[in-house]
Amino acid sequence: MTRKQRRATFIAASLGILGLAVGLMLFAMRDSIVFFYSPSDVVERGVEPGQRIRLGGLVEQGSLQDLGDATLRFNVTDFVETVTVTYRGMLPDLFREGQGVVTEGSFGEDGNFTATNVLAKHDEYYMPPEVADALKRSGQWQGEGAEASHAETYGQGSYP
Amino acid sequence: MIVELGHFALVLALAVSLVQTVVPAIGAHRRDVQLMHVAEPAAILQFLLVGAAFAALTYAFVVSDFSVKLVYDNSHSMKPMIFKVSGVWGNHEGSMVLWVLILAMFGAMVAFFGRNLPDTLRARVLAVQASIAVAFLLFVIFTSNPFARLDPAPFEGTGLNPLLQDRALAFHPPWLYAGYVGFSMTFSFAVAALLEGRVDASWARWVRPWTLAAWLSLTIGIAMGSWWAYYTLGWGGFWFWDPVENASLMPWLAGTALLHSAIVAEKRGALKSWTILLAILAFSLSLLGTFLVRSGVLTSVHAFAVDPARGSFILGILMFFVGGSLALYAWRAPMLRAGGIFAPISREGALLMNNMLLSAATASVFIGTLYPLFLDALTGEKITVGPPFFNYTFVPIFVPLLCLVPLGPLLGWKRADLMAAAERLLAAAGIAFVALIASFAFFYEGPWLAPFGMALAVWLVAGALSDVAWRIKLFSTPLAESLSRARRLPRAVWGSALAHGGVGICVAGIIGVTAWSDELITAVAPGESAEIGGYTLTLQGVALRDGPNFDAMVGVVGVARGGRDLGVMLPEKRRFPAERQEKTEPAIRTNGISDLYVVLGEQAGNGKWVLRAYRNTFAPLIWIGGTIMGIGGLISLLDRRLRVGAPTGARPRLAAQPAE
Repeated sequence: MTRKQRRATFIAASLGILGLAVGLMLFAMRDSIVFFYSPSDVVERGVEPGQRIRLGGLVEQGSLQDLGDATLRFNVTDFVETVTVTYRGMLPDLFREGQGVVTEGSFGEDGNFTATNVLAKHDEYYMPPEVADALKRSGQWQGEGAEASHAETYGQGSYP
Repeated sequence: MIVELGHFALVLALAVSLVQTVVPAIGAHRRDVQLMHVAEPAAILQFLLVGAAFAALTYAFVVSDFSVKLVYDNSHSMKPMIFKVSGVWGNHEGSMVLWVLILAMFGAMVAFFGRNLPDTLRARVLAVQASIAVAFLLFVIFTSNPFARLDPAPFEGTGLNPLLQDRALAFHPPWLYAGYVGFSMTFSFAVAALLEGRVDASWARWVRPWTLAAWLSLTIGIAMGSWWAYYTLGWGGFWFWDPVENASLMPWLAGTALLHSAIVAEKRGALKSWTILLAILAFSLSLLGTFLVRSGVLTSVHAFAVDPARGSFILGILMFFVGGSLALYAWRAPMLRAGGIFAPISREGALLMNNMLLSAATASVFIGTLYPLFLDALTGEKITVGPPFFNYTFVPIFVPLLCLVPLGPLLGWKRADLMAAAERLLAAAGIAFVALIASFAFFYEGPWLAPFGMALAVWLVAGALSDVAWRIKLFSTPLAESLSRARRLPRAVWGSALAHGGVGICVAGIIGVTAWSDELITAVAPGESAEIGGYTLTLQGVALRDGPNFDAMVGVVGVARGGRDLGVMLPEKRRFPAERQEKTEPAIRTNGISDLYVVLGEQAGNGKWVLRAYRNTFAPLIWIGGTIMGIGGLISLLDRRLRVGAPTGARPRLAAQPAE
């Protein structure tokens, strides 16, 4: 094998791997990205049934219902629009009515939103940035506690 | 008073590192031995000063001096002592002091052990190392002063986030930082080599142990973090592709590539320029990790800082060091002489393949982690790149890499015989095939891909064993001869076999948890039972318990299997009054092969309690494998040839050791 052939082999191998990596990423970008929606976004832009989204806002006061068998229902609101969320599982430690929440899941054919994941932050003053942003857009931003810096974390929703 | 002394020591350390940056660099340029020799005492002094500052801060935490704002924000007098100490780095400011301390420690180690390095190289390495210290000390002193006082001093602190009050997590940051900052050493060596304009085998011999030490610490740090996430977050998962996790994975991947390319640079004098580039990239990714975690661009458990001034400062540091070193690389790298020609099928070729695949894997993690940030910055669109993205990109790149791992060590240098190497792996391939059939038979209802993953895991372990077996001529010579060969085998060979085998065990754990785990969510009243994976869980009752700084609801869950009573599990829901937070504490019952994992949830209205349980097949193997990888790294590090400061070339006996 001459020097040239050797070099050609290495270049071909690295281009092959580069191509593979780029191809995989483009493919994955198309399918596995989850967009954030506020309740108003859901109404304005519409969401296809089955498409995974993150839905965030405030948990509406008095909307939390226990349907039995660890299944819960609550409303996520930005004070303009409201979406009802059904979730089976354990709520994060700091899930509270009237506080910010991000849920991940999809709309069914019947138009109901089922969450597989509920993320709340481990701090009672904390507002998820997406939710704060959504509230600002809907003109309902109160600004309370948002500037306070606190240690935060995901709640224990379940990642697959 | 002690706190003020600590602050003063930190400022002095800045002055010393400024001197250490400038004077030896001028000395190396002018070939002035006296100026160059300023570097070593400066490095040691810098370490002592930062050490004093760190000790002063620790003192403030230990005696609960709430007049220090940092202590007030992150501690509480009721907290157990271990968490008072770990609280020092359980926050932004303190963890940056720890960062600088480890940085200074590495510099001091070069000063101490590096007497046999060429004068100019050592002076330049220490100057570059000190320049990093200057940047981070400026950052700490001007944007994140840990010694700021409160007046009047509060009576009691606000406590540490309960999630961080944990034994594994207490020691996760020091290991992780030792890894991140360890790559600063290889970075300094790379930049110094570019300034010198030459890279020789002794340079690579020096870089390898530092890379290994950094890689080993990072491996342990990541494993600890993932273990913590597993047993404390209550999701039963071990890796979430969270940006903060990815921030530590990227330098690990680049560091793994560097570890392998440095072997080629040392043994064959090839891939020098690429090795330098990898050294720069590994540290750049460490800096990027620091930026992502410390700037608060990401919001998750690690993002303590929400202060934009800090973010832009670290971004400035990042751009200066990454941009500067890459520009230097572009300018000087063409001057490095390439050497060591090799055929595509050879040990070098295999290591190059390893490097290309690892780089591609790093790139996929990089894109997946940063794309949402760029998109948000450019368009305001908020997206999440979750596990599916990485499953489609990272996994397909990593699987071929893992398939090739057992082959590499069996190939000869320069030009190798693929058939001969493959022959030596026949037994391993046979065992992997048996594992494939066995997993299909045993888990016939599971996902069809999983048995192939299991075969891959077994292939890695068996491949590592065959490597050693072949080297000690097991079964082809008398056993006594094999044993004496095993004793003479270089530690680096044992280390690499252990590390590769550890990867296999880790893969088995990941496959098991991903494919063959059961999950149960249910609501039960006391006295009621639920079934999961052959176990019967009975909620016997819920009781109250007082902890040192929390009170807890304890679920008493009886476990039985096939009618046989296996005792009780006690998952808790803890309430921390000082921090006004709650934390769930899962109960885990393990037999070393699989885990039963129980979490107690909220009380539902009708007197029932939500119970969540997992049966995680092979879960412990993930961390057992990680530990074995770390041990492999450690054994490699103890190899005579790599021992930091071991005389090189002075004793010809060393050169006569058998090549791997």
